[in-house]
Amino acid sequence: MSTASFPLPRWIDYAVLPLLNLMLAFLVSGLVVWIIGENPIEALKLMLNGALGRGEGIGFTLFYATNFIFTGLSVAVAYHAGLFNIGSEGQAYLGGLGAALVALALDHYVPWYVTMPFAILGAAAFGGLWALIPAWLQAKRGSHIVITTIMFNFIGAALMVYLLVNVMIVPGKMAPESRTFLEGGQLPKLDWLMAMFGLKLGPAPFNVSFLIALVMCFLVWVLIWRTKLGFEMRTLGLSRSAAAYAGIPYTKIVIITMLISGGLAGMMALNPVLGASARLQVEFVGGAGFVGIAVSLMGRNHPIGIIIAAILFGVLYQGGAELSFDMPNITREMIVVIQGLVVLFAGALEYMFRPALVRVYQQFTKG
Amino acid sequence: MDFFDIVVSILGSTIRLSIPLIFTALAGLFSERSGIFDIGLEGKMLAAAFAAASAAYVTGSPWIGLASGVGVSIGFSLIHGFASITNRGNQIVSGVAINFVAAGLTVVLGQAWFSQGGRTPQLPAEGRFGPIKLPGADAVRDVPFIGPLYANVISGNNILTYLAFVAVPLSWWVLYRTRFGLRLRAVGENPGAVDTAGISVTWLRYRAVIVAGLLCGFAGTYLAIAQSAAFIKDMSAGKGFIALAALIFAKWKPVPVMFACLLFGFLDALANFMQGKQVPLIGEVPVQIFQSLPYILTCILLAGFIGAANPPKAGGVPYTKER
Repeated sequence: MSTASFPLPRWIDYAVLPLLNLMLAFLVSGLVVWIIGENPIEALKLMLNGALGRGEGIGFTLFYATNFIFTGLSVAVAYHAGLFNIGSEGQAYLGGLGAALVALALDHYVPWYVTMPFAILGAAAFGGLWALIPAWLQAKRGSHIVITTIMFNFIGAALMVYLLVNVMIVPGKMAPESRTFLEGGQLPKLDWLMAMFGLKLGPAPFNVSFLIALVMCFLVWVLIWRTKLGFEMRTLGLSRSAAAYAGIPYTKIVIITMLISGGLAGMMALNPVLGASARLQVEFVGGAGFVGIAVSLMGRNHPIGIIIAAILFGVLYQGGAELSFDMPNITREMIVVIQGLVVLFAGALEYMFRPALVRVYQQFTKG
Repeated sequence: MDFFDIVVSILGSTIRLSIPLIFTALAGLFSERSGIFDIGLEGKMLAAAFAAASAAYVTGSPWIGLASGVGVSIGFSLIHGFASITNRGNQIVSGVAINFVAAGLTVVLGQAWFSQGGRTPQLPAEGRFGPIKLPGADAVRDVPFIGPLYANVISGNNILTYLAFVAVPLSWWVLYRTRFGLRLRAVGENPGAVDTAGISVTWLRYRAVIVAGLLCGFAGTYLAIAQSAAFIKDMSAGKGFIALAALIFAKWKPVPVMFACLLFGFLDALANFMQGKQVPLIGEVPVQIFQSLPYILTCILLAGFIGAANPPKAGGVPYTKER
């Protein structure tokens, strides 16, 4: 039997392999740090300390992780149905519009806990709608969903800039952003949750969206592994022809899957827009949609894995920001490099070590 | 400015804005016709731009800049090849990774080496590819219509511009008139058949991604040391994706690729020209409409309203030899 298809125990496939890939990604990142003349060990210490050292750091780490949980779930749901949704970025951007419109409409009249459910619905609806056309094109016209979702990222970005610069801008202000939401349109911080662990949140924008993200993780788990729809999605993901023989309607499943996927991406906007800046800003997504691809891959498309991977990327983001403060020679873009290397080694090259691991494993089981 | 001058000026900038698109779309053409999806075009272009600007600054020679740009771009291509051909990884994920690494690394290295916030230092005129005056440009300048067109649109471009227009028929010839091109197209449609004929799918696809790297290198070099005189953070600004859209819009064929790129370049030029201008009855046209038109047009095409766009059949699917 060849090494490529030899079955390995789950703990190797789900833990050892990703860990090896991660270590290689960090090794290469360390090499980059070393090339530009800084000490990689020192840099790693600064990063970990910045991300996990104090309550504020942890708050920021979990704030970023919240974004990545939403986008990771978005990519994972589509992936289970065999669809590659690379458009989470644009769907999250549009989701921000839905959430902001709800907040702008309600914040004068009701407290946050009344606004929240409507904001969730608004964000999910706008995100889902932005995924609908690519879904329809895939299902009915056979155009590749990767291509159309990329195109829709750019169309969405242009649309949002237009709306913010020309429509939603506060008259007389220069910055292309909406007005600041009142308290009724803001999601409160989770300082009480941090206090339970004896940590001080400080100015970190860690907020209720994190809990919404955890609820979504549970709901996605139920959807994928405990419902008929989830079963149909997974069947389609494994084999389109098998799904057709089983009488699973292709068009319907593709469109529903993408609506859910886009909706989850859209909900990501709750965190930065309602939870942190309390206004709609240009480019608030900031690449979180693409990070979602890496998170979903590393988390093996499972909600638990996604939470772990999202926290890892949260550490990277927060730690990287701190690092660029302490080592001015290293710019914030170092995060993007590490992120890219993690996507490369844990994603595109994920099976690079597999043949070697299989050989090692066979040696051990034989002897 | 009268109408004719406006046309000449818009045509001139259409050419300038189309060149990186043409190189990059041709790069995508070679890669995708061989069955390797490439959404890392953007990253390769950006990395090449940085390498070209840095090398041209250090050595003072645009040719060494070009060589470095091409070299770095091919390096990234080989990573993409290693991931998607040798390791049979996901080609989209690999492309995303390349875009990330290039976007980050250019700024990190740029800041570490030149300390100008991710920019490279301004190049002197000798360090760039300057405009070439074609023979007779001054002589015919005063001839009505043809004169200004020849002097300002056709003449006065840099060597890479002319190379881009040479690359189009050359790509056509390679793809449709050589054995390599025939095999390349075959491996993108049915790698199994190519393998059965005793031709290495792996080596063929590697050559295709190397050609893609070469062409992206030209695109990046053009951006950094022909169109401008330095590398600027994120200077590719989505051009790699517009090129990808052009490639699809042209249905993966070389000569239509050129026209699609010229069309998208024209839209870009028009957007610059229309900024802040009033159109009768409509008012100011938002610049975002022009920016998103390439993508909207491509989606309409993909929806099948302007003929069908059929990608290479084996695109995106790693080839596994049967055992």
